[in-house]
Amino acid sequence: MLREKYKNEVEQILNRYPVRRSAMLPLLNLAQQEEGYVSEAAMKEIAGILRVTPPQVYETVTFYTMLNLKPIGKFHIQVCKSLMCALIGSDALLGWLQGRLGIKAGETTPDRLFTISTVECLAACGTGPMMQVNDDYYERLTEEKVDRILADLKRDGTSALKSGPFMWPEPVKT
Amino acid sequence: MSQPGYSGSLADYERAGGYQALRKVLGKVPPGDVTEMVKKSGLRGRGGAGFPTGVKWGFLPKDYQGPRYLCCNADESEPGTFKDRQLIERDPHQMLEGIAIACYAIGAETAYIYIRGEFVLGARVLEKALAEARAAGYIGRNVLGTGTTIEIWVHRGAGAYICGEETALLESLEGKRGLPRVKPPFPATHGLYGKPTVVNNVETLANLPHIVTKGPEWFASIGSPPKSTGTRLFCVSGHVKRPGNYEVPMGITFRELIYEHAGGMRSEKPLKAIIPGGASAAFFTPEHLDVKLDFESVAAAGSMLGSGGVTVMEEGTGMVWAAMKLLEFFYHESCGKCTPCREGSSWLLQTLRRIHAGHGRTADLATLTELCQNIAGRTVCAFGDAEIAPILSTLKYWRHEYEELIRQAEASRTPELVMPGRH
Repeated sequence: MLREKYKNEVEQILNRYPVRRSAMLPLLNLAQQEEGYVSEAAMKEIAGILRVTPPQVYETVTFYTMLNLKPIGKFHIQVCKSLMCALIGSDALLGWLQGRLGIKAGETTPDRLFTISTVECLAACGTGPMMQVNDDYYERLTEEKVDRILADLKRDGTSALKSGPFMWPEPVKT
Repeated sequence: MSQPGYSGSLADYERAGGYQALRKVLGKVPPGDVTEMVKKSGLRGRGGAGFPTGVKWGFLPKDYQGPRYLCCNADESEPGTFKDRQLIERDPHQMLEGIAIACYAIGAETAYIYIRGEFVLGARVLEKALAEARAAGYIGRNVLGTGTTIEIWVHRGAGAYICGEETALLESLEGKRGLPRVKPPFPATHGLYGKPTVVNNVETLANLPHIVTKGPEWFASIGSPPKSTGTRLFCVSGHVKRPGNYEVPMGITFRELIYEHAGGMRSEKPLKAIIPGGASAAFFTPEHLDVKLDFESVAAAGSMLGSGGVTVMEEGTGMVWAAMKLLEFFYHESCGKCTPCREGSSWLLQTLRRIHAGHGRTADLATLTELCQNIAGRTVCAFGDAEIAPILSTLKYWRHEYEELIRQAEASRTPELVMPGRH
């Protein structure tokens, strides 16, 4: 499936490395981007591309927290719960988010739109509390902001509140 | 970068003098002289360990025939640290130029930027910058017409703190679980694919163009020479008014960083604790406010400058809770290779949770100390020593908080065994 649909990408990825197995994470990321998780079929296909055994792919997948072995919601909300975010309110924020969506961390809403996870540090400690939704960071969160983001995601599939290229404190405007 | 309107594009970077350093050295200065220049500047690694960069490069075998590699460590994951993210997303060409200079100095034709998987935006910014730099002839085959090949590739991780450890990074880059390697041999001789390899942090590499352009003497005159030269990006987080990244000369005090740059405490509550260099560094107290932010001073005071992540906590923050939160992180991120770390982090967290939940026992403090002693120095990488730092330092300075929680728990506990009375 990957080889058919992403023939060029797969070739380009393989060409970057002198050893095929190095393409493991790039191909797994590609597979997850396609299906939202890493399926057994994808792991078997990647094993074939890399000329390793399927268990060698599986043992790699289980090491990395970003790789999902099961389907998740359309929007994967990952809330940072490490100390630096916890100092400035990530616990309360998580509580608010769970209340709004009616699910707990680790669960998916019945409409399969949202999955909440708690994760460790995402390198946004100066701008917490924060969360990552799929590819995007959302920082300096408040309850109102979370509500807006959830509404935006439901309506548009994205939100203008997501972070751009990071700089904090912001450059002084002249 | 902080200039209004600066977008980080190639045009902006060139306008600010970008890629002049690469032009200055490529094919004109012998690679060995570039290494000497970096040694002379006193530049030390900005990832955490603070190893002198030029010395690290000098460890590569001189007569080795065959490929060598440079890996840029962009796996920024140390809690409290968010500087590389800014360097990547706001000024990607600065680090690319640094990578190209380092490749030239060590004779590497290929560099991989290992960027943490969550930095999707950062990876996109880098891919775009790479395309610009390739088109302009700054990287690729025959760089600037000199015949030198420098290929740079972005390699995304997939969520594992330990991959910031340099040998775990190499394992991960080889497509395996990110388990740190036993050293020696060191990456300088047996690195990526068993070839001579240098792993340098983003900020370390971003310093190189400036060292080349302005000279090693200029760089060595900044900060607190001779051991801690140059500026550093300190990431201030926690209970301050203005958290964020501050680039300052090494050697300013914690007081200056926290009260002048970061605007002081966010409320009337006074400062209670400081983590000086990322989650792996031992806690400091207000008594340490006048310690200088350089490698030697922080080490002499019993902690480490580490990754430059300075976390500030106000009065009222529970230190048992803070240590527990950090242990949740370490327990989650322990790679599982070494038994003392894998099992130890679990026991440490369980014990801390018990104390924090109000069920602590008098013997728990001795248990914590003993566990820490059995982890220290008994693991393949520095993770083991890192995970015990928050516990040992909070036990040292705030032991009474642990004792009070345990005292309350003991007082409320009904004795499990009661001597039966004789009738």
